[in-house]
Amino acid sequence: MTAAVRRQGRLPELDLASQAVLEVESLHVRFGEVHAVRGAQFSIAAGESYGIVGESGSGKSTVLRAIAGLNPDWSGAIRVAGEPLGPRRERGFYKRVQMVFQDPYGSLHPRHTVDRVLSEPLAIHGIDDAENRIERVLKEVGLGPAFRFRFPHQLSGGQRQRVAIARALIVEPQILLLDEPTSSLDVSVQAEILNLLARLRSQHGLTYVLVTHNLAVVAHMCERLAVMNQGRIVEEMTVAQLRAHEPGEAYTRQLLRASLGYDREAARAMVTFD
Amino acid sequence: MTAQAPLLSVEDLRVEFPTRTGLVRAVRGVSFDVGREKVGIVGESGSGKSQTGRAILRLTPRPGVVTAKRMTFEGIDLLTASERAMYDIRGKRIAMVLQDPKFSLNPVMSVGKQIAEAYRAHAPLSRGAARQHALDMLSAVKMRDPRRVYDSYPHELSGGMGQRAMIAMMLGTEPDLLIADEPTSALDVTVQMQVLAILDDLVSQRGMGLIFISHDLNLVASFCDRVLVMYAGRIVEQLRASELASARHPYTQGLLAALPRIDQPTTELAVLRRDPAWIDGPAA
Ligand SMILES: Nc1ncnc2c1ncn2[C@@H]1O[C@H](COP(=O)(O)OP(=O)(O)OP(=O)(O)O)[C@@H](O)[C@H]1O
Ligand SMILES: Nc1ncnc2c1ncn2[C@@H]1O[C@H](COP(=O)(O)OP(=O)(O)OP(=O)(O)O)[C@@H](O)[C@H]1O
Ligand SMILES: [Mg+2]
Ligand SMILES: [Mg+2]
Repeated sequence: MTAAVRRQGRLPELDLASQAVLEVESLHVRFGEVHAVRGAQFSIAAGESYGIVGESGSGKSTVLRAIAGLNPDWSGAIRVAGEPLGPRRERGFYKRVQMVFQDPYGSLHPRHTVDRVLSEPLAIHGIDDAENRIERVLKEVGLGPAFRFRFPHQLSGGQRQRVAIARALIVEPQILLLDEPTSSLDVSVQAEILNLLARLRSQHGLTYVLVTHNLAVVAHMCERLAVMNQGRIVEEMTVAQLRAHEPGEAYTRQLLRASLGYDREAARAMVTFD
Repeated sequence: MTAQAPLLSVEDLRVEFPTRTGLVRAVRGVSFDVGREKVGIVGESGSGKSQTGRAILRLTPRPGVVTAKRMTFEGIDLLTASERAMYDIRGKRIAMVLQDPKFSLNPVMSVGKQIAEAYRAHAPLSRGAARQHALDMLSAVKMRDPRRVYDSYPHELSGGMGQRAMIAMMLGTEPDLLIADEPTSALDVTVQMQVLAILDDLVSQRGMGLIFISHDLNLVASFCDRVLVMYAGRIVEQLRASELASARHPYTQGLLAALPRIDQPTTELAVLRRDPAWIDGPAA
């Protein structure tokens, strides 16, 4: 990726094929009878931030988990910086690609302190300077030193999520797969984390895939987004189109309507799209 | 507030945890009533929202200590009620949707079985009737395939499906008071709206009371009747939900300013500058 692109921050008119750092082609994921992802396809340029929104259960997390190597049973093609991925991931992969999971409760080991959660990835990747890195990353996610020796059960939901984000950031990956990273955070911490992610992206040219149900967060963080329904990407659009309320699909228009806030009458009018 | 006596009345609730690094005062003197209405609790991460909800049901984890001047539910003193009495209240009369749905489900039992058993623990239902009721509730919360979800294990559900399974479990016993801790944070906005409509109807048609803990200010403003704003273990402001946009406490104003907005792009989001005076200062 070029410095000019990095400064610009917006990439819609780029020749994505030549710059793509993450490509997904005809991705299918099955769990027995359940065909969770049906031919998903996208291409993300280095330094780009790409959003995925869509109905609960539509396959968003499954797409990220397949990229991260947590769902071995997929077909199609996934390429990172042009190299096709097989079913297994080498250790080096996780130095470049990290994932923040949707569920901060399940993703932290219940008997490991915050300190241990953050030390382990450093040890695995042979990174030294642990002391400084842990202190810095805790500060960046807004947790003071008082939290360093706590266990997950001694933290609130949002505090756990910040530990999970810190764990992903501490190895300084190039690609971050973010699954609802701020949905358990209050808006003030959300603003701090989103600002941090935006700053890291512009400073280091990081690439993000961001799954969220919050359209305002997508609009703030991303250049383009995919809308998923029933395992398929039903629409891909730019954030400019989203802001202009110009989605092509009826499902996306309904999402936009629902994001305006609760309305009993609007709820009655919602339909399920097949 | 309604003219009738409130369902729940809490006065000067405190929750404290001794830890290696000193005493954590998670809730520091919280007072509020809940009638047959929708009361939102908002406030930053760690401000004591979940611990307030858990204390009402006496689900404070060890070694936490709960004290209050008063905590009553329809005339029952929740502070002194026996464990046996609490067992009858929990799930049946007051239900709580916990913030961590998958964590609170049994990982080795199918989701449907857990829901059906929860119903049977509180009502004399046959196995078949409980199963049918569970399937109906799963489709009420907009599961696309209720039968598959019924037979699934928790790890086989998406984040939002796990949340909806918990809501189905908690609503099936028709509680008088529902404490919902971030119940829709993993739902896309359309399904969220449909699930909230169910809660809304239970409040307006059946007279259920609802405590709705959420960090989504726009949602709380449009959905709830009243809002309590918590900061560092205290309620710093109480107001009508529809008036949230004109909140007076600088903390509440700071929260509102931190929201990203679809139609107002900014390069950097406003962050809250916390004033030490808020910790013990007066409520707005
Ligand atoms: N391990 C699994 N075994 C069986 N089915 C699974 C498994 N993991 C996911 N699924 C199914 O795959 C589908 C997609 O799930 P996924 O978690 O990707 O949805 P999602 O879009 O992330 O939803 P949410 O917004 O609710 O988190 C769902 O129907 C889910 O039940
Ligand atoms: N077992 C425990 N030991 C020590 N401190 C605890 C324990 N449980 C919770 N706390 C602390 O109590 C405070 C209040 O926690 P609570 O879970 O109520 O926050 P919350 O408002 O629900 O936050 P969130 O929005 O992040 O879920 C937090 O600072 C948390 O770290
Ligand atoms: Mg998901
Ligand atoms: Mg909480």
